[in-house]
Amino acid sequence: MTYLRDAAALARKDLLLELRGRETVPAMVLFVLAVFVAFRFALPEDQERAAAGLLWVAIVLTALLGLVRAFVPEQDQRTLDALVLAPCDRSAIWLGKSFSVLAFLLVAEAAAVPLFGLFFERPSAATVGAILLADVGLAAIGTLMAAMAVGGRAREVLLPLLFLPLAIPVVIGGVGATVAADPARYLGFLALYDAIFAILAWATFEYVVTE
Amino acid sequence: MISARCLSKRYGPKRVLQGLDLEVPRGGFVVVTGANGSGKTTLLRLVAGLAAPTGGSVEVGTDRGRIGYLAHEPLVYRELSALENLDLYGRLYRIAERRERIGMLLERFGLWTARRDPVASFSRGMQQRLALCRALLHAPDLLLLDEPFNALDEDGAALLDGELDGLRGRTFLVATHDPARLAPLSTAQLALA
Amino acid sequence: MLALVLLGAGVGLALLWAPEDADQGATQRIFYLHVPVALTAYAMLGWGAWKALRLLWTREERYDLASYTGVHIGLIFALLTLATGSIWARASWGVWWDWRERQLVVFLILFLFYSAYFMLRYSLEPGGARGRISAVYALVGVVLIPVSFLAVRLADQFLHPTPLIRRGGPDIEAGMLFTFGVCFAGMLALGATLYANELTGKRLDARLRELREVLT
Repeated sequence: MTYLRDAAALARKDLLLELRGRETVPAMVLFVLAVFVAFRFALPEDQERAAAGLLWVAIVLTALLGLVRAFVPEQDQRTLDALVLAPCDRSAIWLGKSFSVLAFLLVAEAAAVPLFGLFFERPSAATVGAILLADVGLAAIGTLMAAMAVGGRAREVLLPLLFLPLAIPVVIGGVGATVAADPARYLGFLALYDAIFAILAWATFEYVVTE
Repeated sequence: MISARCLSKRYGPKRVLQGLDLEVPRGGFVVVTGANGSGKTTLLRLVAGLAAPTGGSVEVGTDRGRIGYLAHEPLVYRELSALENLDLYGRLYRIAERRERIGMLLERFGLWTARRDPVASFSRGMQQRLALCRALLHAPDLLLLDEPFNALDEDGAALLDGELDGLRGRTFLVATHDPARLAPLSTAQLALA
Repeated sequence: MLALVLLGAGVGLALLWAPEDADQGATQRIFYLHVPVALTAYAMLGWGAWKALRLLWTREERYDLASYTGVHIGLIFALLTLATGSIWARASWGVWWDWRERQLVVFLILFLFYSAYFMLRYSLEPGGARGRISAVYALVGVVLIPVSFLAVRLADQFLHPTPLIRRGGPDIEAGMLFTFGVCFAGMLALGATLYANELTGKRLDARLRELREVLT
């Protein structure tokens, strides 16, 4: 399947760039930690629900940080033009990029979630499942938004505005899975969110990067 | 190979190209001249498919995979090496015997010794040579070159001359400030206002 | 066209004629305004998304302005929905905002999303790319509507286990249903008029700018 190979080649490129530059992932990890510490002082003692909320806000903001950097190499050197010109499907660009965004987010969370367990409370299995599902959805729709913001002015301000309203349902699903007695419903919702927006992003990416 | 009829491009209220007619037969070598901002780059982008016309039409008798495009920017990833860059494009363009082809091009353009160095360490001239490698990597039928001699020193320019000579028979649309240089190769000239 | 606006105004009369609701009295009348406004907002946003789809399908530039106008009017109606909903909450319970009111929360999310639509447009250079990107965004928005509805409903279950006394379904009496119908039709007509108005204005603007460019 050349389609998957194209996406894989592109994802590989992003992972390679990150390995060389080492700018995005360390920033994301430090950011999450800073958010935890800041919130620790912002929240009153013994607020179980607040801790869950904090976790999800932190995840969304960290994802945002990763997304802001997602298309930077394509922007600075205009390489997006070269990728669009290549004979591969344009949605493969989306797939490869989403995958690398997802990978960075997972790495950052691999550090952050244990620390969350240490500082606040141990996350349940449902929470971890929710995090994984949420990551997929955030990466999928976030990559589409990031591509939209690429061509414009003030993209650092624009991307949060585009991304955060879409992230709200994810926060709902995530917090629900963390605190509710019956997390299955919320996990189901997150899976639905993922499916809907991933398909939408996959189908419309072509129109965002071409004229 | 290329057929443009009444081609127009406007960005909002700003008109860049207006009612352009152009015919480039297969094997033709058309040189496009004009002052800065006259629309040379826009024309190339329209033919490449990177931009869509706002009026008229442009038809290209070959698909994306057989077009080689050289832009003002080298279109390479600065933090990756020359080899890694070409490997990526080689994969995307589904080139057979990728390694050999990349090696051959790098050598031809004098970049073999620097192949593992990050592009960020390259001089502007070397980057341009790498960009040419990128454009020629998949042996395209149609070549769209935006000021190919830009930033090239004498050696580089000589290399490019040799390359262009060797590629006779393919179709070219080249934007340049120095049409005299390409005069021996060109079959027609187009001057943009 | 004027007739349509009159129909919209005729709505106001219906407010006085319709029978009073047993539970809430006079305050319930805001329902005749609030729900049609909300439904018209959805209609306009849906229309904008439809035009966006047409743009992507046919690549005809004229759909861009149509889509933009649809979203613009939709956003205005969304803002009105929030306002009327807030007034209703104040009249009913004495608070300007209640997170338990699902419809309002959904509109808040949509308001954020569609406001960003305009930020997106202003940050891009006018041209084919801006049209396409805006169109995709409008489509994402219309998909977000049911998703956020579902999300807010789910949120209610863990945020507010004590359910809100649902209001706004007093269609027992025929008089009320009729009034509601008239108001809804009138509001839609108003929306359509504003849309047509703005779109014509924008098209003229664009044409003028084009002509000016040609002459210079």
